[in-house]
Amino acid sequence: MSARLRAALAVVGLGLASMAMAQGSTMDEIARYREMLADGNPAELLELKGESLWKTPRGPKNASLEQCDMGLGPGKLDGAYAQLPRYFADTRKVMDVESRLVHCMVSLQGFKYEDVTRQWFSRPGQESEIEALVTYIGGKSNGMKIDVPARHPEEARMAKMGEYIFYRRSGPQDFSCAICHGQDDKRIRLQELGNLTTRAGAGVAMSTWPSYRVSQGAVWTMQRRLIDCMRQARWPEPKYLSDSVIALQVYLQKTASGTVMQTPGIKR
Amino acid sequence: MRHRLIALALITLAPLPALAQSKPAGDIASQAEQIFRGSFRDDNPAYWMKRLDQDETMRLCSQFKDNPPARVRHKIEKAEMASIRYPVDGKLIGDWKEGEKLAAVGTGGHIGFIQPDPPGRVRGGNCYACHQLAKKEVAYGTIGPSLQHFGKLRGNTEQIIKYTYDKIYNSNAFTACTNMPRFGLHNWLTPEQITHIVAFLVDPESPVNKD
Repeated sequence: MSARLRAALAVVGLGLASMAMAQGSTMDEIARYREMLADGNPAELLELKGESLWKTPRGPKNASLEQCDMGLGPGKLDGAYAQLPRYFADTRKVMDVESRLVHCMVSLQGFKYEDVTRQWFSRPGQESEIEALVTYIGGKSNGMKIDVPARHPEEARMAKMGEYIFYRRSGPQDFSCAICHGQDDKRIRLQELGNLTTRAGAGVAMSTWPSYRVSQGAVWTMQRRLIDCMRQARWPEPKYLSDSVIALQVYLQKTASGTVMQTPGIKR
Repeated sequence: MRHRLIALALITLAPLPALAQSKPAGDIASQAEQIFRGSFRDDNPAYWMKRLDQDETMRLCSQFKDNPPARVRHKIEKAEMASIRYPVDGKLIGDWKEGEKLAAVGTGGHIGFIQPDPPGRVRGGNCYACHQLAKKEVAYGTIGPSLQHFGKLRGNTEQIIKYTYDKIYNSNAFTACTNMPRFGLHNWLTPEQITHIVAFLVDPESPVNKD
């Protein structure tokens, strides 16, 4: 993103914050902000970059990702994100969009795992290929329903473990996911909180990631989102692509199933 | 003997992360515990990892999804009540101005490698994250009940002051598995800091009651 666009967004963000204070409903303001940016969610630039990264031959094997199987067959991306995480017979693992993408970058393109995942999220001045690729893959499910029935025994097991982790309390503040995301119509400060135990609440959350986060000036993937939730819970830092983050996603996607995907989202 | 050997073999296999997803289905809770603990970066120091340990209350609240049956609830509340400690001088009401500051501070205690709090950062009570308090602060959360006019409505008798102190020190002594943290039990706030928040809530001069 250009410095000018970033600066303009920062100004809009500040304006929004004060409006929200005055008017009470952050969600209304974000809805208006979304409208204002309807023609230019900054994440759309990243989507284009992701498309080019997907199609360009790269890596030691000089291969593109076009033969990557995201669950619907090699190269079939339409609707793939909406049906992840899922069990993959070739790795015998339940994988989310990011772990499968990294698997393809390693197996098809020949990149080293450590190299691909080093920059798994962006920092100011350091873009992340994974963020761009996930944004592109997410866009390929727009208009389609989230569909993670978790029927395969391994998927069902991961959904149950995700549910267990969702309610697991620990740390110096006695936190779990559920204390903030287990009830309807609650707020933390002015931020409205979704009830992720219901289809409606989980649907709003899951259908709009990856999302451009105004406060961060960056697109966040679901791994980034959940790993930051654990930071907020004052827990130690999870590994990128770890099983508990994937298990939580299976639980949440299963709960959200039936909701129509609309990515990239825009969040506070 | 044979069972013991099998158990030993399982324990030996358990920590290998590659096997985490391929274990045969069994007790979900114990599998999930294993997966959860194996999901953190190896370079988290041991004293950070201790934050994942659960005491009996955390374990029971998780097991019952924060809605334990009456028998368990009473057991938790009794044990938590016994944990409450008081300031050395026995004075439970402090300075409401200090309490006002603590109620607004939401930082402190974040660890990890991406965005930790700087060392020594003040930990606040972060009361406004969940409660309405002074009228002038409009950015309040609603996870907990409104505490506006707390003292005005309840008075500031010795009994109310003690209840308020105890509730902040250990919320679970009154409501097992409540969303509210146990601020005193975890040493998140010192007994002295808790007395300041008590003052913020019950002192007639505090903006919680005056405005």
